[in-house]
Amino acid sequence: MKSSSPLKWFASREGLYYLALALLLVVILPLALDPFRLNMVGKYLTYAFVAIGLVMCWGKAGILSLGQGVFFGLGGYCMAMFLKLEASTPEATAIQSTPGIPDFMDWNQLTALPWFWEPFHSLSFTLIAIIAVPVILAFVIGFAMFTRRVGGVYFAIITQAIAAILTILIIGQQGYTGGVNGITDLKTLAGWDIRTDAAKTTLYFVCVGMLFLCLFAARFVQNRKLGRILVAMNAQENRVRFSGYDVAAFKIFVFCLAAAFAGIGGALFTLIVGFMSPSFIGIVASIEMVIFCALGGRLSILGAVYGALLVNAAKSGFSESFPELWPFAMGALFIGVVLAFPNGLAGLYQSYVMPLEERLFKRKPKTEAAAPAPQKPVEKKDEGRDYDPMLDQYSPEKS
Amino acid sequence: MNAAKTTSKDFLLAVEGLTVSFDGFKAVDDLSFYLDPKEIRVIIGPNGAGKTTVLDLICGKTKATSGSIKFAGKELTRLKEHQIVHSGVGRKFQTPSVFEDLTVFENLEVSYPQGHSVMGALAFKRDAAVIEAVEAVADTIFLSDALDQPAALLSHGQKQWLEIGMLLIQKPDLLMLDEPVAGMSVAERQKTAELLRRITKDHTVLVIEHDMQFVGDIADRVTVMHQGKVLSEGSIEHVKSDPKVIEVYLGH
Repeated sequence: MKSSSPLKWFASREGLYYLALALLLVVILPLALDPFRLNMVGKYLTYAFVAIGLVMCWGKAGILSLGQGVFFGLGGYCMAMFLKLEASTPEATAIQSTPGIPDFMDWNQLTALPWFWEPFHSLSFTLIAIIAVPVILAFVIGFAMFTRRVGGVYFAIITQAIAAILTILIIGQQGYTGGVNGITDLKTLAGWDIRTDAAKTTLYFVCVGMLFLCLFAARFVQNRKLGRILVAMNAQENRVRFSGYDVAAFKIFVFCLAAAFAGIGGALFTLIVGFMSPSFIGIVASIEMVIFCALGGRLSILGAVYGALLVNAAKSGFSESFPELWPFAMGALFIGVVLAFPNGLAGLYQSYVMPLEERLFKRKPKTEAAAPAPQKPVEKKDEGRDYDPMLDQYSPEKS
Repeated sequence: MNAAKTTSKDFLLAVEGLTVSFDGFKAVDDLSFYLDPKEIRVIIGPNGAGKTTVLDLICGKTKATSGSIKFAGKELTRLKEHQIVHSGVGRKFQTPSVFEDLTVFENLEVSYPQGHSVMGALAFKRDAAVIEAVEAVADTIFLSDALDQPAALLSHGQKQWLEIGMLLIQKPDLLMLDEPVAGMSVAERQKTAELLRRITKDHTVLVIEHDMQFVGDIADRVTVMHQGKVLSEGSIEHVKSDPKVIEVYLGH
């Protein structure tokens, strides 16, 4: 039904949700906002990559990571290192005691480029590293934790510790990393000036395009048997194990997938914002990322995008008027989500808007319902819990 | 015990000198028993006798302190849980553990023995063979009409059947069932006995059960455990008349 024809899929309810998001991001926001605001939306969207990963990792598979900022940061730093090297030509840095190396290295009395910076002269290496570095770290962490059956709260604490360690490491190794200021003063990407309004608008659309690629990748995984195993593992890990699956391998996979998404988001963040610093990857940033996911609805990949957009928009709005109140507002938001609507916006949408939609949609699918008649009554018995494209839980996929 | 049999290689399952110690407490203590192919063996015994621990040891949930478990000539004690499953051992837990968020169909599909690796699960296609196998098993476990229902909506008895079905679709050589009729109504119990009798034609089955009526119904042989050891073994009549068994388990 879904895979039969892509055109049909766009007319299905799930397809319409994706179309609506595309319409919002590609048409409405670019028309409604000036380049500065659009650039801000682009920044919010880079967090949506992390939130989608968290839906897969936390919402579906039940692995709560409080250190997604690490992977976001690694992707971002990889990009920033490339851009910084490009900006640090011998001509541009002629006044330094060692021309040709990034300015902060010169300030820290470094006289040569550190070995691990060397490969970032190459754009293709950088593009690979943006995904590979977070994934390799996620694999190492995942392998060490999941094969030893470390899970739940312990895993969350360890990921948070890793976020703290990475932040301290970056701040402490100022000469190699730019320290607390991060890597700033980025200018061009392969000769293309990323600071102009036109470039920022282009980057916004690149970001939207990448976001949809990641959405479809996540959707693909969740609709395969692998997606059902993740959900199954969440509730009945032992049953999955004794059905012949290596549970640790599946956990490592989904953790690496989330890390890859986060890495892509981080790299786009660097391009869109124009710098990278430890404040975007530490404990607080990582917890904020979990809130984006929780508010959007931790079972819905589309909800995660809206969650990231809304929380960040609220953050900017609040910070512009009452900067000191934002942490309290965010805390209240998180408590509110946990207490009042644990399935986030997607859950609210599902219980309040969907029944209305149901009535509108009921006329349309009649032609479709005529053929597979015996199954439809069973599906309609419990509305909301059953076929549900937002959560994509029990979608009866017929090949 | 069974000294004559240890020399033979025809057993499907040979447990020898199996011991597991939890902080010095020996839950299973130098236990040995042997299953013939296609045999239905029931393990009975008082609470804390180590019955469930034996199943845990065989399926790899608990690691043995010493001893060996040979299944079809393969040593299981060193394998991981999923490798033991792939060798042909299926285990049903005492409390029904089905995937409540998935439909009955998806529960059985996930248990279908194909696409068990990460990439395999990504590439897995719901083809005709899968649908046929799922429908056949659903028919066996009386759940043909509930295929599209989330498993959360099933009754307790139906969940037990579903979990048995999830084992059947794996096509294991050895089925291990931990109290399959616990908490079932009389009607469900009879249906389950019928179900087990049907599936035991093609499988070797190891069952833990307390219900003596049910044990008498299905068992080829009975092993009575007490304090981690075998107290008595043989036919149901033999075991029932054994004074030691009457003393510690059945009562006078």
